[in-house]
Amino acid sequence: MQATNLTDQNLETATFLSSARKGGRGVFRAIVANPKISFGVGVVAVFVLAAIAAPLLTPYDPSAHVITTGVSRSVPPSAAHIFGTTGLGQDLFSQILYGARISLVIGFVAAIGSTLLQVLMGLTAAYFGGIIDEILSLITNIFLVLPGLPLTIVLASLAKASSVGQNELTIAIVLLFTSWSYGARVLRAQTLSIKEREFVSAARANGESALRIIFVEILPNEIALVASTFVGTFVYAIGAEVALEFLGLGDISSPSWGVILYWAQVNGALIVGKWWQFVPAGLCVAVLCASLTFVNFGIDELANPNLRSERLMKKKKKSVVA
Amino acid sequence: MRFLLRRAGFYLIALWAALSFNFVIPRLMPGNPVTAYLAKLQTTNITHAQILAIQKMLGFNPDASIGQQYVEYLNAVLHGDLGIATSQYPTRVGDILARSLPWTVGLVGSSLFLSFLIGTLIGMVMAWKRGSWYDTTVPPLLTFFSAVPYFWMALALAFIFGVNLGWFPSSDGYDVYTTTPGWNLDFISSAVQHSILPVVTLVVGSLAQWVLTMRNTMVTTLSEDYVLMARAKGLPERRTMFNYAARNAILPSVTSFSISLGLVVSGSLLTEIVFNYPGIGYALYTAVFQSDYALLEGCFMVIALAVLIANFASELVYVFLDPRVRQGRS
Repeated sequence: MQATNLTDQNLETATFLSSARKGGRGVFRAIVANPKISFGVGVVAVFVLAAIAAPLLTPYDPSAHVITTGVSRSVPPSAAHIFGTTGLGQDLFSQILYGARISLVIGFVAAIGSTLLQVLMGLTAAYFGGIIDEILSLITNIFLVLPGLPLTIVLASLAKASSVGQNELTIAIVLLFTSWSYGARVLRAQTLSIKEREFVSAARANGESALRIIFVEILPNEIALVASTFVGTFVYAIGAEVALEFLGLGDISSPSWGVILYWAQVNGALIVGKWWQFVPAGLCVAVLCASLTFVNFGIDELANPNLRSERLMKKKKKSVVA
Repeated sequence: MRFLLRRAGFYLIALWAALSFNFVIPRLMPGNPVTAYLAKLQTTNITHAQILAIQKMLGFNPDASIGQQYVEYLNAVLHGDLGIATSQYPTRVGDILARSLPWTVGLVGSSLFLSFLIGTLIGMVMAWKRGSWYDTTVPPLLTFFSAVPYFWMALALAFIFGVNLGWFPSSDGYDVYTTTPGWNLDFISSAVQHSILPVVTLVVGSLAQWVLTMRNTMVTTLSEDYVLMARAKGLPERRTMFNYAARNAILPSVTSFSISLGLVVSGSLLTEIVFNYPGIGYALYTAVFQSDYALLEGCFMVIALAVLIANFASELVYVFLDPRVRQGRS
């Protein structure tokens, strides 16, 4: 959780810095000025804060059976339980809040690990070229072409069957393992063009080690791309994690978003019309992933002004004139 | 030609990698298929003879070296022998897959086709009318829909149109009570009706990618000189849009086919589970629930094989569309 918190802090610090140093730092200003990025970051921040402040926002323990009487323990949304309760009478709003912790942490851990692997594979392959590139690219392309979710399901269910798979970390590792290939290919392509620039030849002439050139000289030039593949992997990881849990491959005793949906499905909530068991968790996933995707669109627009819609460009022009 | 041979070689290696994953992963895990099967039987008194019989049934030979097992495994797979599904003993995994595959292929195929067609058209029009109200409102909407988990979209559609409104059936692949599978009109119309909600789920979920890819490339092609030239010549707008701008903008969409296919296949697995659709996804779900590893691996293998074949086919289309690749300059 702390880790998730950190990125947003970083982004917020960045935003803060940009307003502090007016004039310079075009990138930071662009982030604030780009409505897609600020919207996306804002929504993600709300989720992160809600997850952290869960105990302050809800009086109920997510696993406690708060409704113990009545014909059905699953009561529809009301003032006391704004998202209603589960089939076992647990408060769904608390489950969503505490569940956000699990989804965000798994997604974040998987995305961080995956991004590191992407950078490692993509940059080394492109920088060294030759046989190393051939081998690393072959591995990357194989992972790219193999169907990701089925492989994830196979790995997760085998991990669950053996003793290793009783915690969320396993899911994060499985997702890391199956999500890195696309980013690695994108970064490789970018590195291929950057390594031809003069500053790289200069660094090489200075006798800098390959490792230093890759991570200190080349990597900072690709940071926007790395950020964008990180966000993309984050989106994938959250979606896949919820899907795995929906299939019952997660820890079904701890209430995460996917597990809420799993129990709703197992209890046949849909057929009996108890929509509130499904709707909040699904909407949370959709809103969170859509906001992250928006951040990515914003990054793309920063990198490629062609994509900006005309209206926005007109606005820009006007403000320049003014 | 050389390009195609190279690609074919790559896909063979990828297939071999998929098969090897299938072999290695279960063996990395503690325990083995036999103990897993025994655990499922939940009986305490098992004789040695029974264990031997189960080992034989599962094609598991603990005395053979790992290399020997690998060769035996590859040999069996190449002969189409995927073992026996322990969850539906004594049905062979191959039979279950053969029964399920047509449903999934139909679902994925028709969804991909519709999604590509609709998405590319929307993207084209959006780029053509850049800056109009739908160019600014459609992308956020589509992004939201593509961020909705497939299985949740399936649940929502099943709930609204299946359970509440009763417009479309929301369970099974055909009416199991009144029709019999085969080439008869009743069965076909029932199957089509049952496929509407799953197909809509997949199309809505995968539309965004086609729209955005097409829009973004088309915006770039529209600023090319040949489009300006076409306009200057006074060609009809429709002709400029389709034959000049869109034709050249479609290549990246074809390239992104493999990513889309991956998404739709994954989506289809989850969608089938929600709709009890009798395809590979449902078989996979059963396998997961019943800890049937032979079936689980069989499902993965057949999905991998299908995806590899479809990707190779998309590259053939690409070669056909882009002469630069044909001449080996790419």
